[in-house]
Amino acid sequence: MTTTTPTARHAAAPTMNAPLRGRRSPLASVALHVTLIVASVVAVFPVLWVLLTSLKPAKYATTTDFFKETTFENYTNLLRDTPFLTWFGNSLLVAGLTTVVGVFISATTGYAVSRFRFPGKRGLMWTLLITQMFPVAVLIVPIYNIMASLGLLNQSAGLVITYLTIAVPFCAWMMKGFFDGIPREIDESGYVDGLTPFGTFWRLILPLAKPGIAVTAFYSFITAWGEVAYASAFMVGDENLTLAGGLQKFVNQYGAQWGPMTAASVLIAIPAALVFLFAQRHLVTGMSAGAVKG
Amino acid sequence: MAVDTPSQSVAKAAGEHVARGRSRGTGNPRRAAKRSFATHWYAWAMVAPVVIVIGVIIGYPLVRGIYLSFTDANERNVARTIGVNEIPATYEFIGLDNYTDAITGSQFLGTLGWTVVWTVSCVAITFALGLALANILNRKIAGRSVYRMMIILPWAVPGFVSVFAWRFLYDERRGLLNQILSGAGLDAVPWLNDPLMAKFAVIAVNVWLGVPFMMVALLGGLQSIPGELYEAAEMDGANAWQRFRNITLPGLRSVSTTVLLLSTIWTFNMFPVIFLLTRGGPGEATQILVTQAYKFSFEISPRDFAQSSTWGVLILVLLMIFAAIYQRVLRKQGEVW
Repeated sequence: MTTTTPTARHAAAPTMNAPLRGRRSPLASVALHVTLIVASVVAVFPVLWVLLTSLKPAKYATTTDFFKETTFENYTNLLRDTPFLTWFGNSLLVAGLTTVVGVFISATTGYAVSRFRFPGKRGLMWTLLITQMFPVAVLIVPIYNIMASLGLLNQSAGLVITYLTIAVPFCAWMMKGFFDGIPREIDESGYVDGLTPFGTFWRLILPLAKPGIAVTAFYSFITAWGEVAYASAFMVGDENLTLAGGLQKFVNQYGAQWGPMTAASVLIAIPAALVFLFAQRHLVTGMSAGAVKG
Repeated sequence: MAVDTPSQSVAKAAGEHVARGRSRGTGNPRRAAKRSFATHWYAWAMVAPVVIVIGVIIGYPLVRGIYLSFTDANERNVARTIGVNEIPATYEFIGLDNYTDAITGSQFLGTLGWTVVWTVSCVAITFALGLALANILNRKIAGRSVYRMMIILPWAVPGFVSVFAWRFLYDERRGLLNQILSGAGLDAVPWLNDPLMAKFAVIAVNVWLGVPFMMVALLGGLQSIPGELYEAAEMDGANAWQRFRNITLPGLRSVSTTVLLLSTIWTFNMFPVIFLLTRGGPGEATQILVTQAYKFSFEISPRDFAQSSTWGVLILVLLMIFAAIYQRVLRKQGEVW
């Protein structure tokens, strides 16, 4: 941080008597560390506990020991005896298609809304904003009925179309934020060189916006990956479920199979968490660039 | 705006032209439209895909949903296919009956009451914790990035996975929390089976899920406050609380207004936490509006599509009113949003 140097210099000056920032009593330091440690433990523990449980034999899943006869049998059983891989594939397919189609459709809109003034722009921006606060309850019934009449229930395609209702407004809004951050002088240089607005977008702006597009894509992927309501309502039958529906098979009102559940949780969480922690600095930039849906 | 692109000046010129023409009463509207099209066609072409997609997959279902809320549609009278037989829809338009039922009945208002309690307490606690942690992490402290990583973890794990993890911990007979309690000689707590405990339990999980986002957003806001302000305040003898009150909080205003609005909307609509943790139970104790509307259309028999749509529309209206008031208040305080 930029403030550290001046503060350090002040601290060296013995004549200052005001309580200075950056100088703490040992007691305050201990209190801060204790607070942070408690917060970290609360944040990490549930996740860690699932990881530890997944490494215990299924019959010991609910013991309080951290380690007990460490084994990978939950994982091998999960992959061998349950349709976990099918669910994983379904989720990957649905979330991937949603992301690609969503970003593809909304990129030009993000650009147009960021750069041009045109009749209907205000209305469009309000629509994009308001659709992001739609509760699932308002669209789920009509979409269910429409999908039923089109024979798209229980089909990945139907779920992708449904997810686009979330992804398209979100992507357009978020990409507008990223395009806003690219200087307009670049557009102008394009016009001077005789490019059309489409040419400018395609050849100059899009390459510059790649990081922003990556972040947008990542977010819409994660949103689709973790969606529960539509997936639970639209998909039935073991072979069509996505992960959010599949996990509900392990833990329901009739009982809980914590062994396979924890193993599945770990397999779902690890790739997402790695990418997330790796990319989080960029994600925060994206957050501040525009409102997003959770 | 700092720079006018050629397109914008053209647009402005066209706009002025139209305005002048109208005021004189001699302008030809068709020519103006043509001109407008010539100026804006590429902007319209660029937004066309989104407009079409939104119209088809959001607009049309929305209109249908609103229409359904004025009917008595349920599973037995909507159009459906049984085997080879196509059965046409037989539901009827019943006007505002669903709305009067919802608003005068006790179920909607009761659920709304709990939804408001849930939203306010989740957002308030999440914000307070996020702000506290962001302030601590904004200091020079050993191991800052490690702490940050660990505290962010709940955001990185897909939500439905975390909710199942919590359900595992909360399990009444064999969950870890109750085993720890019994180890300490205390009675088991029915975390998810007692109406009041279940309310605390779902709020706790949602706070756990929400703090990382809040903290990261506020940390970003804190880091954008220039350090000189604090130094100047120190020179003037402001104590820590005064600096927090008069520099930190005003400096965080724009970030906090955004994240508060967002997290209010998210929490109000938070489906997975309630649905996967308690299914709205025990009884209907933790049912929020969204999960109850879902239950009407997918979990009861016969499925009540009309009532579900009615609740959906009411939720949307409530959220829009909230956003409008929020924006109005901010604008009154001189904040551009």
